[in-house]
Amino acid sequence: MAILVDKHSRVLVQGITGREGAFHTEQMLRYGTPIVAGVTPGKGGTRFHDLPVYDSVAEAVAEQGADTSIIFVPPPFAADAICEAAAAGIRLVICITEGIPTLDVVRAVRYLAERDTRLIGPNCPGVITPGEAKVGIMPADIFARGPIGLISRSGTLTYEMAALLTSAGLGCSTCVGIGGDPVIGSTFIDILELFRNDPETEAIVVIGEIGGSDEERAATYLAETWYPKPVVAFISGRSAPPGKRMGHAGAIISGTSGTPQAKVEAFQRVGVPVAETLEAVIPLLREARQR
Amino acid sequence: MKLYEFQAKEVFAQEGIPIPRGRMVATAEEAAAVARELGRCVVKAQVHVGGRGKAGGIKLVNTPEEARAAAAALLGKPLKGLLVRYVLVEEALPIAAEYYLSVTIDRVPKRPVMIASAMGGVDIEEVAATTPERIARLEVDPAFGPFDFELRALCAQAGFAPAARRGAAELARRLYQAFLRADASLAEINPLVLTERGELVAADAKFEVDDNALYRQPALAAYKEASEEDPIEAEAHRRGVNYVRLQGDIGIIGNGAGLVMSTLDLVTRHGGRPANFLDIGGGARAEVVRQALSIVLMDPNVKGVLFNIFGGITRGDDVARGILEAVRTMDVRVPMVVRMAGTRAEEGLKLLEGSPLIPAATPDEAARRIIELVAAR
Repeated sequence: MAILVDKHSRVLVQGITGREGAFHTEQMLRYGTPIVAGVTPGKGGTRFHDLPVYDSVAEAVAEQGADTSIIFVPPPFAADAICEAAAAGIRLVICITEGIPTLDVVRAVRYLAERDTRLIGPNCPGVITPGEAKVGIMPADIFARGPIGLISRSGTLTYEMAALLTSAGLGCSTCVGIGGDPVIGSTFIDILELFRNDPETEAIVVIGEIGGSDEERAATYLAETWYPKPVVAFISGRSAPPGKRMGHAGAIISGTSGTPQAKVEAFQRVGVPVAETLEAVIPLLREARQR
Repeated sequence: MKLYEFQAKEVFAQEGIPIPRGRMVATAEEAAAVARELGRCVVKAQVHVGGRGKAGGIKLVNTPEEARAAAAALLGKPLKGLLVRYVLVEEALPIAAEYYLSVTIDRVPKRPVMIASAMGGVDIEEVAATTPERIARLEVDPAFGPFDFELRALCAQAGFAPAARRGAAELARRLYQAFLRADASLAEINPLVLTERGELVAADAKFEVDDNALYRQPALAAYKEASEEDPIEAEAHRRGVNYVRLQGDIGIIGNGAGLVMSTLDLVTRHGGRPANFLDIGGGARAEVVRQALSIVLMDPNVKGVLFNIFGGITRGDDVARGILEAVRTMDVRVPMVVRMAGTRAEEGLKLLEGSPLIPAATPDEAARRIIELVAAR
């Protein structure tokens, strides 16, 4: 078991012929990801690395039974691509694209609210279930399969953490990059809920950062629902000055909201240890799992 | 991107939101001329800081001479650390009441939210903390936009004077329009003044545009240059480098926003002071790295540089080549520490052997090392 993606996924790449899409499709295929088709409007009928390319998601779903989509479409068109996937009945949409206007994402999320489609991202590294499916842009060789669920707002910190877990002999069940934008399809709570019911996942690492209140809400959720598995958190941006956007569109302390202190305290209040550095996550995880 | 008050008011005026008569000027002479035209005026420093009034950045003047003096006292001087380059000279309004009205995006429901209060003219976060019952909130369904009945209810719940509610609801609809049309992340009127004549006027304006949407907002993108106050940040953005200037002396360069943020945290934790945030992004090639280093070194406070690279799509050897190229073409006189892991890190570190760069095995060690080196200078 794992969550979201596995060897039975039927993956579609939207924007497969673009620079990023083409490069990462090759990488994903090399990993063994079950990719069944690609979509690039205007390139229907051609082939890419032996994969059929369609003009629309609807065709790819009808002919190849795609159920999962990964989006590499440029920012001006990416929100439309998300909605197209949902309209065609794709159940999981993973949007890698960085730089989509927030109001476009707001509209796309509103469109998905009435449909049976889950969105991960945008502005995220994707999702990997080691050994089964890499539906994302993460470097493959640092991931090992194991009992830890990993959820992160940051790409590179996900890689750092995955490498640390691997060298500690722990490894991941599934690793989910939820994205660094202010408005994202799935939040910490949504993914924690999935890990809750996954028998393979024994403990979870949450990597948060400044901006918004998703970490605080996750802490409340863990306490109120008597979350059955140990969770360890890390928060980045603890030295960031207020009012400055730190790289990610969503990483900004505005007024009294989004501060690192509030996030750290929220986790600590409900008994979730917060590591001071990424390296310190490992011993905390070992400790938490022994309890 | 934050707009200046005078720019925000232009956006409001285009949407038919009433603003005070006035003009933005850059000299005391012009300020006096505007005051001669308008009579009693307020002279307002145009800087991106909160609490501008309390810091002495807003002055009420009765004569052109007073306007000249007020402008001269503000222009070319710092206000809360930011240089005042322009002042806005506006008619003083006969105030009957001060309200608050804004649109922003709430990250939790993932929707626009409108906020109204009859407690205008003060810090709204303070109102929210002390008297939350005085704040009315409307979550807008982005598929439909706010309905008129919702806006009327918002204004009533906010406690606006009954005679002003119809006008306020109409103004709120226009504010939402302005927010949508300009791809804003914040559109705020504080205070929204109800004058003794019963008119509603946006006496102050705050407006932030989503940077991701600037490509389709050419008119607003033109404001960008004028809105950037730090010259190094402005230069970085011109070159497409993701850079934020901070107050310290240790330059930081890394790949990925989260990694750079956590590197700043590590340096701070060990007692160092980061000079900047700089993310070279995913898949950065040598030229990007060279650009990054040249931007960081523009800051005269920088006494050392820390590179923290975790190769994924970004390759260690590419980064190393960029650093070497930079060192060859620039006169780098500060110590530099490199921590490199992931894709082609070994090749990268090998390339750096024999160069003045000091390798470190972990981010923690790298942070400690650069702090020591900077302290020793």
